[in-house]
Amino acid sequence: MRRREFIRTIAPAAFLGGFPAKAYSWVPFMKGLEGATDNDHVLVLVQLVGGNDGLNTVIPIDTYGDYYKVRANIAIPESKILTLSNNARTGLHPAMRGLQALYDNDSLAILQAVGYPSPDGSHFRSTDIWLTGADEDQFLDTGWTGRFLGQTYTNFPVGYPNPTMPDPLAIQIGSVISPVFMSAGGSTAMAVPTDTEFYDLINGITEPEPDTPMGNELTYLRAVARQTNKYAGAIEAAAKKVTRQYGGYPADNDLAAQLKTVARLIGGGLKTRVYMVTMGGFDTHGGQVQGGDTTTGHHAVLLQQLSEAISAFMADCKFLGVDKQVLGMTFSEFGRRIISNGSFGTDHGAAQPVFIFGEYSQTGVLGHNPDLATTTDVESNVPMQYDFRSVYSTILRDWFCVDPTDVETVLFKDYQYLPFMKNTACNNNYDNLNNAGNSLITNDPNPFVSSTTLTFKTAGGHTLVQILDVSGRLVMVPVDGTYAQGVYHVTLDFSGFASGVYYARLQNQSVQQVRTILKVRK
Amino acid sequence: MRAHNIGTMEQPIKQPGAMPGSPAGLTPYSGDWGTPQVVHLLKRTLFGATVQDIASFKAMTPSQAVDTLLQPTATPASKPLNNYGADPTGVAAYATWIDQGLLYQDDVLNSGRLNSLQCWWIGQLLNPGRSIHEKMTLFWHNHFAMDATQHFSDIPAQLWYNQYLTLRQNALGNFQQLVRAITLDPAMLIYLNGNTNVNTAPNENYGRELQELYTIGKGSGSAYIQDDVHAAARVLTGHTIDGNYNYVFQAGTHDDKNKNFSGFYGNHIVTGYSGPAGAGELDDMLAMIFGTDESAKFICRKLYRFFVYYIIDDSIEANIITPLATLFRTSGYNITSVMSTLLKSQHFFDLVNSGACIIKSPLDLLIGLAREFQLKLPDASSPAAQYDAWNMLLQRSIVLQQEIMAITLVAGWPAYYQAPEYHELWINSVTYTERNFYTDLLITTGDMMNGTTLQIDPIAFARLMPAPGDPNLLVSDSLDVLLRPPLSDSSKQLLKQSILLGGLTTDFYWTNAWQAYIANPSDMNAFTTVDTRLRSLYKYIMDLPEYHLS
Repeated sequence: MRRREFIRTIAPAAFLGGFPAKAYSWVPFMKGLEGATDNDHVLVLVQLVGGNDGLNTVIPIDTYGDYYKVRANIAIPESKILTLSNNARTGLHPAMRGLQALYDNDSLAILQAVGYPSPDGSHFRSTDIWLTGADEDQFLDTGWTGRFLGQTYTNFPVGYPNPTMPDPLAIQIGSVISPVFMSAGGSTAMAVPTDTEFYDLINGITEPEPDTPMGNELTYLRAVARQTNKYAGAIEAAAKKVTRQYGGYPADNDLAAQLKTVARLIGGGLKTRVYMVTMGGFDTHGGQVQGGDTTTGHHAVLLQQLSEAISAFMADCKFLGVDKQVLGMTFSEFGRRIISNGSFGTDHGAAQPVFIFGEYSQTGVLGHNPDLATTTDVESNVPMQYDFRSVYSTILRDWFCVDPTDVETVLFKDYQYLPFMKNTACNNNYDNLNNAGNSLITNDPNPFVSSTTLTFKTAGGHTLVQILDVSGRLVMVPVDGTYAQGVYHVTLDFSGFASGVYYARLQNQSVQQVRTILKVRK
Repeated sequence: MRAHNIGTMEQPIKQPGAMPGSPAGLTPYSGDWGTPQVVHLLKRTLFGATVQDIASFKAMTPSQAVDTLLQPTATPASKPLNNYGADPTGVAAYATWIDQGLLYQDDVLNSGRLNSLQCWWIGQLLNPGRSIHEKMTLFWHNHFAMDATQHFSDIPAQLWYNQYLTLRQNALGNFQQLVRAITLDPAMLIYLNGNTNVNTAPNENYGRELQELYTIGKGSGSAYIQDDVHAAARVLTGHTIDGNYNYVFQAGTHDDKNKNFSGFYGNHIVTGYSGPAGAGELDDMLAMIFGTDESAKFICRKLYRFFVYYIIDDSIEANIITPLATLFRTSGYNITSVMSTLLKSQHFFDLVNSGACIIKSPLDLLIGLAREFQLKLPDASSPAAQYDAWNMLLQRSIVLQQEIMAITLVAGWPAYYQAPEYHELWINSVTYTERNFYTDLLITTGDMMNGTTLQIDPIAFARLMPAPGDPNLLVSDSLDVLLRPPLSDSSKQLLKQSILLGGLTTDFYWTNAWQAYIANPSDMNAFTTVDTRLRSLYKYIMDLPEYHLS
């Protein structure tokens, strides 16, 4: 995609906020979010546009038979699945050797089945939900990152840049700034073009305007536009500080080119807190794999590009000496259906795996492989194990070191924290709860006809039980409150519900578990 | 004034012949008559080009289109209303103050009334009909520039309203009569000291500006001298106002001797008369001034710079200005006929292909935006809200350095005369920032005053497009209306894919989203999906430097 004509429009307007020029004066900070400005931590968001097929990305090995059964035409052969050290249950798509190596080198956390209750199948709506952090029936006009930055750097954009924050709060690689960066005071991000255009920009090279009178006016307007971008100089200076980068970036990989720009800016000392890069093509309704060899095809190419780009980026961060500053997160608007379609593809789904990469990610697979044994409905979705806002809340608390009371301010609710960060990142000392193998929620009878009794174990504090149907729709919230530590029972009335598989999801502080329950006819 | 020096980039186009099409001169245009040509004509003669106007004019021939645009519109029936609160002369809130309490001299009242008048004028600009009339009036306002804000204590606002009507009534008529009317306009008589210009001590102010700024100018063909300034001032003695601010000729203060003009005017002698006959010397002098070649050329250059392009090289002077001036003079200074020839010319439409854009003036930007996006403005049934809406646009035009009735320099807004920058003077790092801020504001939360909101409805605009469900056509059709310079196909693709499709590569996702909205407009989900993406699209377009070209 060519973006030449947009080079000089690196969205200065988004940065200029709602104030007359004379108001641009240094205003002392009001109280920002605790902790967030005290470190040099950087977050890199990697958006996979189109809805990534999580089940062919993070593949169940322990229940491989069930996996194969629901998607025989696109299933990755068991022998080709990349294994993970110290984890025999779960593996990666064979194209993702780079991510496998990161995992084996203690720099990759894999979160299973991240989503939200009652998922929306629209690309647009689900993207908006992920970017804003909204509930499925809530419409927000600010992004979760924008709220975080807007509240950390109070009054922005009035009084910025300033000695404490001389650089853009956030950078969007590309020409269109994501809604994720929208704060109440306007966008917190600046758009920076990628790759060769980026180098043109920082070297002051501009494509000649047409040799007409209009070219003359355009040159003038663009020059002024550039001049009004208060951050152009800072970006240029940071980029020029980096004269050499890691040489192993893959060619013909747009994501790698974007991440290379990010590494250069971080390496050059920009204090920018959040970057966003994007990669398209994940909407694999058809031709996701090539018949005959399911390890090849469109999805394999995408995952290889993703894996190689992240791998090279992390190597570059190490090369530039900023690897300890960087945490990355991949996400898509949704995962895809459990059962494949007849076109060697998959349709829009719900929960998806999320990768957290960086030295401070807590290597491991959080959550369990989805239970596919009971799946017969083609519209079945991977049930959510973790709310996506729990991922955000954990990043805010355990990477940006935001006080938990302030995290709730950004996300509007008290989401559970997840143990995917090393405690040393913020010198926090939370229990790294590992609930694998410990049944915290059960039900009896199961299967049941009209009612069943849940038994759940809470460590105390806020405890939530949600009942989701196979498509992920939230159908019941029998438990939502503060409980003392202990074991509790609650009887659920399923009369009036269709028979079939449901999921009972327990959430208690950083612990969650999903129990598959089955309603049958008499 | 100029914020940024772009150095050598200006040089190439200053060379003669750089503007393609100049040799074609004033030959009537006979080429394509498509959207780009119509949009070009409308953006230059109205304020912005609305979808409905584009369709209407497209159905005409170029000649019919120009003839239609040159039809005068009726004098506004509405009059400025009291939006300023307490009025010592007893004008009730939102009643008109025109012809009320004229003589009451009060700075505070006058400044309130001036704001009312400015707001009302913004209201006129917003509703030009399909006529150049309002834009021509603005042209003449800039030509006979004045700053009412410096005269709260000695020029009642009523006089400025009267001056607006004088400009408007003559805007498409006879230029010589317009000059005569303005010369005797009470506001002008006070503004340039005509009221104190007496035979015992002539005040040269108006006599000078009449020649330097209003009729002859300082171009290469201008050679009037100081003696001519003094002689003109003497001719004008006695033309003043009475105690009721009405024009009056006082023979007793008129210089009744002969006035000798220089060789530039053929050594013309304006014969002096005493008594009421002295008033007639003005027409003798105007006939002398309009007998020169230079006066017609001067106005034609100004019209060219305002409506066509700001660079007048030797080729333009020879092929456009000179024949246009001849026509102007032989028509007896008929403004409509000179505009007709200019706007129908091959040269005017060659600009579409040669890409000669001008930078939008702040009023072109603001009023054009309001009209193109068809902002919902309160109507006369809620006058407070209506004036607040007009006032918001007025306040922004002030920030952007184009306040009507407050032109600081008598020569007009510098963008229309100051070489070599001309229109570029509208743009500097502050005003560019403020332009972007305001377009962003209108497409996001909206501008607000006393509970009245000005906000772009992007869905309403998209609905005006022929095929809003097709993301390719939606982008290109929107650009056709909003941008004069064409964008490349790859840029259109970028707008479509990055914004309307959010990075997806399948067009029907937009089509589905649009159809879902049309099927159920009250569904919040369907509405939000298209509303946010359209806001993003139009915000992006308005943030392009190209958006400031017309």
